[in-house]
Amino acid sequence: MAEVKDPDDGVQIDLISGERMDGLASMEKIRMILDGVRDGNIVILEEGLSPDEESRLIEVTMTEISPDEFNGIEIETYPKSQTADASILDRLMGKQSTQKLTVIGPANQIETLHKDETLISALVSRK
Amino acid sequence: MGLLTNLKDSISRAASTLFSEEDPKRIGIYGPPNAGKTTLANRIARDWTGDAVGPESHVPHETRRARRKENVEIERDGKKVTIDIVDTPGVTTKVDYTEFLEHDMEKDDAVRRSREATEGVAEAMHWLREDVDGVIYVLDSATDPFTQVNTMLIGIIESQDLPVLILANKIDLEESSVQRIRNAYPQHETIPLSALEGDNMDEVYDKIAEYFG
Repeated sequence: MAEVKDPDDGVQIDLISGERMDGLASMEKIRMILDGVRDGNIVILEEGLSPDEESRLIEVTMTEISPDEFNGIEIETYPKSQTADASILDRLMGKQSTQKLTVIGPANQIETLHKDETLISALVSRK
Repeated sequence: MGLLTNLKDSISRAASTLFSEEDPKRIGIYGPPNAGKTTLANRIARDWTGDAVGPESHVPHETRRARRKENVEIERDGKKVTIDIVDTPGVTTKVDYTEFLEHDMEKDDAVRRSREATEGVAEAMHWLREDVDGVIYVLDSATDPFTQVNTMLIGIIESQDLPVLILANKIDLEESSVQRIRNAYPQHETIPLSALEGDNMDEVYDKIAEYFG
């Protein structure tokens, strides 16, 4: 990740392409997201995570929560579940479409104002 | 390699379903904090075994460990369905101990509760990936069901091909809207109930037998 600026200057936003995520193992993706979020950054994933990775992200986030330091994450994606549209064969083979823009930030710095199937509106504050 | 692993997992899951008909299925009760999961688990356990599963509270994260009630025999139409009920901590992506201070708790107790709550959520996610055969997803019908945690969890459950029954709890409350839940998750059947008052439990038991029997 690029050099982190002083948080007093503003809020850093990392937009991570699907191509960059493709080359990473699940735990590497989760580590990259949580390292960014714990530095106070907003992480935007072009293609999101798979359901299994989302499950592990919740689990790892929980192990890192620490009073007065890190309260956890706020995560938002468009609410439409694409797994329901996958064919049975695709689901059996684990080929599910997970391409959904995902926004992740520190729970104490990001607040979702509005969400529907086509729009996520969030308020981001400094630390 | 990933493809082969996925195929192997699918075959072993199908095989375990075929060859373990005699074992009681482990049914996880999942949902966000304060949806009434433990109230439901206690209602089911008391109705069919006479015992409770765990303490209920209006303070979030009262359940901080997954609790299993084994061999709950539910009788429907002369047939017995035996399940293990796994009451799980409410799933969330954040836990702030200061929220517990609002419930007249000292800081030390609030910090301890938040630490136990985070361990409980991690445990619940692990059970969901590894150890449950079906899911009862409990939602508070008086609140907005369209949250990120609900969307993610339903997606995770669907990706595991687990049978899932959505229960719209708290229909005894004036603000309750079962239709809002049906609209949010139209791909699943939604059953209304009040676990606290015991309303519509007959239909809940019919559906448990149908989905998990």
